[in-house]
Amino acid sequence: MTLCKTLTGALVAAALTSTSSFAADLNDLQKQIDELKVENSQILANLENTSSSAHSSNTTTIGGYGELHYNNLSSDITSADKKSIDFHRFVLFFGHEFNNDIRFYSEFELEHSIAGESKNGEVELEQAYIEFDTSDSSNIKAGIFLIPVGQINETHEPPAFYGVERNPVEKNIIPATWWEAGAMYSANTSSGISYDLAIHSGLSNNEGKIRDARQKVSKAPADSLAYTARIKYTGITGLELAGTIQYQSDFSQGTGTTGDAEDGTLLEAHAVYTTGGLKLSALYASWDINFEGGTTTGKDTQNGSIIEASYKFNSKWGIFARQNNWTNDDGATDKAQTDIGVNYWPHESVVLKADYQAQNDEADDFDGINLGVGYQF
Amino acid sequence: MIYKLLFTCLLIATGSIHAKGTYQQPDAFIAEAFTQQPKPQVIWIKDDLRHQIEQILQHKYKARRIRYWQQKKRSVWILEEIGKKKPITVGVIIDANKISHLKVLVFRETRGWEVRYPFFTKQFNQLSLEADHTLSESIDGISGATLSVRALDKMARIALLLNNYIQQQAHTI
Repeated sequence: MTLCKTLTGALVAAALTSTSSFAADLNDLQKQIDELKVENSQILANLENTSSSAHSSNTTTIGGYGELHYNNLSSDITSADKKSIDFHRFVLFFGHEFNNDIRFYSEFELEHSIAGESKNGEVELEQAYIEFDTSDSSNIKAGIFLIPVGQINETHEPPAFYGVERNPVEKNIIPATWWEAGAMYSANTSSGISYDLAIHSGLSNNEGKIRDARQKVSKAPADSLAYTARIKYTGITGLELAGTIQYQSDFSQGTGTTGDAEDGTLLEAHAVYTTGGLKLSALYASWDINFEGGTTTGKDTQNGSIIEASYKFNSKWGIFARQNNWTNDDGATDKAQTDIGVNYWPHESVVLKADYQAQNDEADDFDGINLGVGYQF
Repeated sequence: MIYKLLFTCLLIATGSIHAKGTYQQPDAFIAEAFTQQPKPQVIWIKDDLRHQIEQILQHKYKARRIRYWQQKKRSVWILEEIGKKKPITVGVIIDANKISHLKVLVFRETRGWEVRYPFFTKQFNQLSLEADHTLSESIDGISGATLSVRALDKMARIALLLNNYIQQQAHTI
């Protein structure tokens, strides 16, 4: 009897143990299935979410652009030739997104291939700023940024414009490429109006030579700041209307004496209209500079204008013609340059360029061809 | 006076800091597209279809499959492409092989903000895909926003391409 009870108890115990073990196995299996389901959904999500670009999920981004130029120009005025080949610009962008609302952006440039004492080139920090989003449609930049003026100062990647060299008006009047340090507030609206307001370091040149006055934020005297405001309208597709006003409070940065440049105002306006492959644009920029006790150099009035027409036949080929007129001495020398040329894009981010330029005597009469290759990424 | 005005604007601006970039969640865009939302379906991006997408993008495409929502002749696509530095996310609704609505859902580029507004995106309405995979009408660009415009153009073409693909697959079956 006792033996029978013992056997029955053992069998029941064994059965219970077996059932319990089976249930545990089932639980383990279910757990593994659940884990596999999660893994599978994650893999599938990754397969879908993988962006078309490798950079999208990174908070740090890099980019860049560059351009190689060949100039073959000659002048009857100076009896000189300009035959040179030059890797004019090699630029790297570095950016980092700290969070959804705060990011860093920079542009590091090597000009003319090699920099150093007695070398032709320069290493430049053209942009390095922190951008803070302040709303859906506004932000503040603090640091080194490009001045919001003209057509090429902010957007100058080689595939984006016609002509091997940048136009001489924005180079000598605005003067592009132009960057300063300070703070800038930018905002845009659903009607297509945007505006920028900036307080930043000023130009510095007692003689009022605009291009030489760029301090490039290199231990730059900051006795007298400058103020820039731009308004832009792009509410009709294909149309851009923009105007910039800038006030320089003192070109001498507090060192001026009789005959030196004091305060000055830059006015710039441009219009661009694009329809299909046709693009028409016009730009006018003018400086009005006060000199202590007046000046006879003509630097008190410096201005220039550009008219450009281009036609892009397809995604590969485009042609352009551009007329540039400018003076840096109140019309004592009215300089002019005419450019015609062609762009070929073997890829949307790579461009080959060729153009012919003709200058008047006041601009030193350098005529000839320019060839270039450029890229961006 | 001008200094005071500038400083006042800067101070007003700094007083209202909040998040930006996402203008509509993709789920909300999809829900708005249908009276009764269908279950999502997927296309595996293989062989010739991948080649065609990469021809439009002019670079490699890393995704292995794409999710979409379809009800009769209407399909909805959520796509992403880099403008200059950051990805732009768009939602595209296609009816009877033509774009009926294209909207920028997420935009994080520092330039090219114009492309997110209806005055730009309305150009895509009623466009279809040509045999050479271009849009049936050209899109007018925006100066200084070339890369953002190009990204939207590519995403519109890919949405139409994929829509045509699923229509052909349905006929084949």
